Amino acid sequence: MTQVTVKRLWKEYETQVVLENVNLHVADHEFVTIVGASGCGKTTFLRMLLGVESPTRGELLIDGRPLPREPGPDRGIVFQRYSLFPHLTVMENLLLGLEFRGSPLLGRLRGKRRRQAIGRAEHLLDVIGLKASRSKHPAQLSGGMQQRLSIAQSVICEPKILLLDEPFGALDPGVTSDMHELILELWNMNKMTIFMVTHDLKESFHLGTRLLVFDKVRLDSQAQDRYGATITYDIPLKGRRAPERAATASDSAPAGAATLV
Amino acid sequence: MLPFILLVCAYLVGSNARLAANPGDKLLPSPATLASTLHRYAFEEDERSGDILFWTDTRASLERILTALGISAALGLALGLTMGVIPYARATLTSFVAAVSLIPPLALLPILFIVAGLGELAKVLLIIIGVAPVMVRDLALRVAELPAEQIIKAQTLGASSWQLIIRVVLPQLWPRLIDALRLSLGSAWLFLIASEAIASTEGLGYRIFLVRRYLAMDVIIPYVAWITLLAFAMDTLLRVIRARAFPWADAGRR
Repeated sequence: MTQVTVKRLWKEYETQVVLENVNLHVADHEFVTIVGASGCGKTTFLRMLLGVESPTRGELLIDGRPLPREPGPDRGIVFQRYSLFPHLTVMENLLLGLEFRGSPLLGRLRGKRRRQAIGRAEHLLDVIGLKASRSKHPAQLSGGMQQRLSIAQSVICEPKILLLDEPFGALDPGVTSDMHELILELWNMNKMTIFMVTHDLKESFHLGTRLLVFDKVRLDSQAQDRYGATITYDIPLKGRRAPERAATASDSAPAGAATLV
Repeated sequence: MLPFILLVCAYLVGSNARLAANPGDKLLPSPATLASTLHRYAFEEDERSGDILFWTDTRASLERILTALGISAALGLALGLTMGVIPYARATLTSFVAAVSLIPPLALLPILFIVAGLGELAKVLLIIIGVAPVMVRDLALRVAELPAEQIIKAQTLGASSWQLIIRVVLPQLWPRLIDALRLSLGSAWLFLIASEAIASTEGLGYRIFLVRRYLAMDVIIPYVAWITLLAFAMDTLLRVIRARAFPWADAGRR
């Protein structure tokens, strides 16, 4: 069970206010899609969840505990590009997370444990349809294949939260629909919470169980940077509700949801 | 291939013309003279020392340059990696290494001969001083070039700093190291010849500068060709190793 709570969160760079007064409560196994104009701070918000940026004020809690100040194995990430390791084959890329966990000193598994890890990876390779390409290097794969591998690479570590930063933004439209099915399949398989930043509204409605819109509520035309964006719409999407969600959401409803709608 | 053939032809024509005017001419010896001199150097023992000079010289020079390149590569990798990965090391060492790499190594040669003596150490040190700082800077830059996304991704897969170095950064640095070695071959040979010319008792550079006094072009020309061939062979070998061992390194660029 993973609950993400954001309380009165501000993010400022010197004089520029990026985010202001963000409040949010996300129950376990939600698929949260985040949209907003470019530069509205949605990626900054994701990077704070990731742990590479820290809030200026306010709290960011996972299961009631403050978020660690650096990226860790409980939060997986898929970027738009560059998140594969070019020197490793498809199989090695997939094994890497298991090897980090199983072998602190060398970062390599051997013998029986390696065979077990390969077994798990093979199952996932099947799901993402890359079994035939297992010994290729990432540069030999198409953009869609690279992104599928990158998602699987994170999922194999069974993160509590998976963060997706416009993961399908650079792909052909035809490839994207396959990717949507894949991500939903993995999401249901692993019972994780997903936060996905996208600029594609249709995609955000199709995939999410909850849609967040980031925008500025106050605007000073003399000083555009003075006010930051916050969550202006928090839309539950009923069509694709996770089975457990109803119970957990009612437990924690008072703390939740955006205040500035 | 054509430019090489033209060069050889031009030499033959010039050599013929000079030898026709003066059979004792030493500047452009005939192919026959070159061959007989090379044969004498490469297959007959020297009357004075009993060594076969060509191979003694080759071995001495290769030992020096390979030792120096090996040490430079190790230094480059160790320091480059440290500077690339650890911000504190980068802040402390970057300007120092940059300054050191700007010292003209040949200006240090007298100091090396005074401090390290006239033996092998000074010659190897000269090459290292000439080559290693550039390698360190280059490799540190290569580490910095790795996309931040990759490093963050590794962290989210649970990598510790140590695992990050040995599984993500170091493996991607090997092909860069080979590139750096290939680029430094030219200057390494330059410094080798320079140090051998000044104080040595054998070596390819030593021999060239020794026989210069007798206008012995029949020795100098084969030696220069041999040095070029050796450097070319080293470059080719490194290129082949890189292509075989790290096929992924060029796969991204099409």
